[in-house]
Order: sequence, then structure tokens, then C-alpha cells
Amino acid sequence: MKSAQHKPGALETRLRQTRDTGRKILVPYITGGLTGWIDAIRGAAANGADAIEIGIPFSDPVMDGPIIQMASEKALRDGATPISILHELRGVDVSIPLIVMCYYNTVFRAGHTRFANSLREAGVVAAIVPDLPLEESAHWCESADSIGIETVMLAAPTAPDERLPRVVERARGFVYAVGLLGVTGERTELATTAVAMATRLKKITDMPVLVGVGVSNAAQAQQACAVADGVIQGASVVRRLLDEGADSVAQYVGEVRAAIDTPVSTNR
Amino acid sequence: MNPEQVPRELLTPGADGRFGEFGGRFVPETLVPACEELERAFNEAWSDSLFRTELDDLLREYAGRPSILTECHNLGAQLGIRLILKREDLNHTGSHKINSVLGQVLLAKRMGKKRIIAETGAGQHGVASATAAALLGLECKVYMGAVDIERQSLNVFRMKLLGATVEAANSGSRTLKDAVNEAMRDWVASVETSYYCIGSVMGPHPYPFMVRQFQSVIGKEARKQFQEICDGSDPNIVVACVGGGSNAMGIFSGFIDADTRLVGVEPAGGAAVGRGTPGVVHGMKSYLMQDEYGQVQEAHSISAGLDYPGVGPEHSYLASVGRAEYPSVNDQEVIEGFKLLARAEGIIPALECAHAVAWIAKEAPKIQGQTVLMNLSGRGDKDVAQMMTILGDSLS
Repeated sequence: MKSAQHKPGALETRLRQTRDTGRKILVPYITGGLTGWIDAIRGAAANGADAIEIGIPFSDPVMDGPIIQMASEKALRDGATPISILHELRGVDVSIPLIVMCYYNTVFRAGHTRFANSLREAGVVAAIVPDLPLEESAHWCESADSIGIETVMLAAPTAPDERLPRVVERARGFVYAVGLLGVTGERTELATTAVAMATRLKKITDMPVLVGVGVSNAAQAQQACAVADGVIQGASVVRRLLDEGADSVAQYVGEVRAAIDTPVSTNR
Repeated sequence: MNPEQVPRELLTPGADGRFGEFGGRFVPETLVPACEELERAFNEAWSDSLFRTELDDLLREYAGRPSILTECHNLGAQLGIRLILKREDLNHTGSHKINSVLGQVLLAKRMGKKRIIAETGAGQHGVASATAAALLGLECKVYMGAVDIERQSLNVFRMKLLGATVEAANSGSRTLKDAVNEAMRDWVASVETSYYCIGSVMGPHPYPFMVRQFQSVIGKEARKQFQEICDGSDPNIVVACVGGGSNAMGIFSGFIDADTRLVGVEPAGGAAVGRGTPGVVHGMKSYLMQDEYGQVQEAHSISAGLDYPGVGPEHSYLASVGRAEYPSVNDQEVIEGFKLLARAEGIIPALECAHAVAWIAKEAPKIQGQTVLMNLSGRGDKDVAQMMTILGDSLS
């Protein structure tokens, strides 16, 4: 296993500390600009989230399934822009790290340095750019590193063994283990690839490894946390925000928290 | 730019998949190994004489290549130019799409894939994909915007007849760009067994390069054929319509080193090169119609095949270095172009190609006496129902 070669930033430091206390990491995803999204962030933070991932809606979200597509379209229709979302975030007084998820054209259009600065000014510490793979990431990462924005890299089940260490090497904050072959969205079962992916990554890095994409409820989060350091929950959170509102998100985050605080019983 | 400094070479992108600053591979991590595998597989196949022979045989015996040139004596005289058409409309399935699809599906089979995914706008690429999948025994799923399914119902039926499944893309503008999104989402989930057969010179590397190589047969044939009928000379102007831009890259590739103007005609409502700015969508960096925040704008064109807010990265490169020009024409001009070719020459063009006809008619006063080679990339049968609604009783 390889230790991180870089100096851990605010997100990584915080998540390492959380892990070191024996607590599993919970990161809910919330689409910025939806009705009640700021309340949802506060509710999630108050009910056991360790960080929040905020999605900046994009017109063509190719990594997202129907729920987050619908949320993105709705937020855009309601007039959300990267600027309005980051502006509203400034007023959020939660004490946990904020991460932004956005597609690369949002970053490219704003300009790397300008975008990284706008994140920092809004109190965001990290970025996930799902359509910016390792080979295309150098320019953005250079700007982000210098401004102190941690770029989370995704590791996918299709990556051959020789590729994973290179992805991990470039990752800041944590490593995002893509739980299945497919786009975001709720599934009835946790894919076998979720734990397998976490296992492969835990073998090669001591950075926090979080599983996301297809972790759809408290029970699946608990299963994934048997190996992973934590989980990201997207569609299951956003669906509740769309259908039932911010209180429902807070309650759900509390349920998942309780589940991952109780390890899965193993039959030996 | 000084015309002498304009590059006159066809680029082969390196490992970064770039044509100048354009192109690249902006895909989810899940798809990176698949793109790398495809790049290796294509390069191997393209330099394998057995693969090339098999493809050439299919192009000749199945698609009907080489396609002929037709000189438009009537329209040429009317416009004061010498106008010659490259007849890709006469290929099997009625457009140039078959050139790339036969190559790609043959490659998919060689790679051991069992299933083809494709997106389609007007339905021409979907029909071609369904055709090649039927011929070569692969399963085929075609994504098509719900709006396009409505305006191209004949092609939807054709695809189904050929054994393909047609899935409606109901997100966003429900046209070609959304069909591409859906196809990419399918590919992310099925990458181990499926081959994504992209319909144009777009998408992540190696697609823009690979599809151009498969379509370069148009330009190779056309240059030789043109020289045969025009005493060894090259045309003054080569014209093609541009949506993603595969038929244009196909014919341009044959004339890149010639002393020939290359003109790609965009629809006014989807003029990515003409009115767009550099952006990144569908795996590539290229000119894109987008707002100030990078949200991709919806294209609006009478022709479903050109209803796309982006363009292949090689076109962005050719525009940026001044080697090709990208004017646009509006829907009304296109309707006139459609009628013009039908009445003067007895050839009903696809609405996409009617864009090229419209530009030629408009430009004619400035290019008197010149030779113009136009790629007639598809036939208009698929558009007849739509045009019947538009023109109705106005035809005498």
C-alpha cells in the first residue's frame, strides 16, 4: 500500500481524521438550485453527513440516470447557474466540507483559475469532474492544486490493475470508487462490483475510499462500508428532495448514518 | 491568415487525440479503457490487409461503391457554374452513413462485441447501423430523440423492420444531442459487451479520426473521378453540409492538399462553427452552441440530421486554421434548394444536402464559371412526408 505523496488538503485531512476515529464516512449528494436545497444541506449536516457533494446542474449529464437528470433539468429551468449556486452556498453555515460535482464544460467555460477561485470563495474545498479523466485532467488539476481545491478522481470497475495506481496518485480529498458499470441511480441490490472496487482500491492506497453510484439505501450503504471507508448517496437523496422536500433528506441521512454506524454482522 | 500558411495536410491525431487544440477524450473514467481498446483495435484493423479487403468487398458488393459522379448540366447552366455531384445518395440505405457503419460493425465483430449501440438524428445512421447489424449478425439498439421519432417515422419503421430496437430519448431537447447522451449512458453500463457505433466524426478519440478514415473513401474516389472528367484538374470548390460533419470530412479529406476551397454548410439554427465557441460535450472539445455558463443550447433545423449544437473536432480545427469555411443557410433557403435540385435535375436530395444546394445557389453570382463538387450525401425519400406538410398545395 502506498501512502499519499501530496500534502493532504482540508477535505482529505478531515476524512482521514473521521476514519481514524472508526467512523464511516457519509457524503450525500444534493443538486444545487432545487427548491429547498440549502435546507437539505443543513438537514443532512445536522443528521450525520461528514461532507456534502453539491451538483452544479448541466444540460447534458452523461454520467447521470433519470433522477439526477430530472433534478438538473428542473434546477436549470428554475434559473440556477454556477454563479447563483456558489453565491447561495456562501450563506451556508455548516461545519463540514463542501464538495462540488460538475461536468467539465462548466469548468472550461468559466476558465480553470477563475472557476477554482470561485469555488474557494464560496467555501468549497473540493471538486469532482466526472467527464475529466486522468489523461485530460492535468491543466485543471494544476490550477486547482495551486488554489487549494482538491480534485477527487473516480476509479471505475473497468480500469485494469495497472491504471488504478495512476488514478489514485492524482486523487486529492478521497478516491471515488464507482460502484457499478452504469450511470447514477437507485438499484434494488448493491452491485458486486461495489465491494470489489473498494477492495481493489484499499489494497493500493491509504487515502479514504468512498463508494458511489448505485448505493441506493441504508442497507446497501452498510454493505459497501464493510470494506469502503464510506459512501456517497446521490439519486436516493435527490429523489427525496424532489418528491418530499428537505426534511425527508434530513431524516434519510439520519437512517443511513445509523446503519453505517452498525457494522454488518459477519458469519465466520 | 496568409493563404500560403494554411496547412494542407490531413492530420493523424497523436495519443492525446487532438486536431490542434480540438478533440481529446472527455469521457467518464469507466469508458477510458474502452476508448483505448478501440484505438488499438482500429489501428490494428486499419493496417491489416485482410480487414481492409473484407471492408472493401462489403463496400463494393453490398453498399454499391464506388458511387458515381453526376454532372448537373441544367442547374449548372442556370447558375453559371459547372456543378458536379458525388452521389452518396445512391449507396445502399440511401446515404454516406453506410461507409462508416460497415467499417465500425466489422470492427465490433473483430473485437468480439455482441451488441451495437447507435444514436441517430434523421434516422439515416440508425438505419445504416441496423442494416449492418442485420448483415453481420449483431444485436442493435438505436437511440433517437422523441421529436425526431415523430418527424422521421418512416426511418423508425425501417430500423424495426431490420430487427433493431429503437429507444426514444425523452430528456432535454429530445433530438440528436439527447440521443447521443442516452447512447453514452447505455455504453457506460454495457461497455464490456457493446460497441458504440457513433454516427459522425465526433465523440471521444479515436471516433472522430476513425470515422473520418472510414468516410475518406468518398474523397479518394471523388478526386480521381473528378480528374477523369475534368482533364486532370481539381474542383475550385468542394461543398458539403455539416451537422456532426462526417460526409464533409469524408469528401474534404480527398482535397485537403488540393488548391480547392472547402465549404461546410451549417444550418443557421445549428451553426456550431459559425456561431459557437469552444466547449466540451460528448467526449470532445470543439465548437459548440452554448450559453455563458457552458449549458449546451438546443439547435433548431428543418433537417433532423443537422439538428446538433456541436460539430466534429476536425472541422473546428480546419476552421481555426482557415483551411475550410463554414457558412450557414436558413430553413427557407433550404426548402428552395430542395425544390431546385428536384426540378432542375430530377434528384430529390436529403434535407441535409439541400443546405449545400442552397449555399451554392446563393453563392453562384460570386463564383461564375467555377467548378463545384458537391457531396450529395443522402437521398430525400425520408423527407418527402415532412416536405409534403410544409409545401402542401403550394406546388403547382
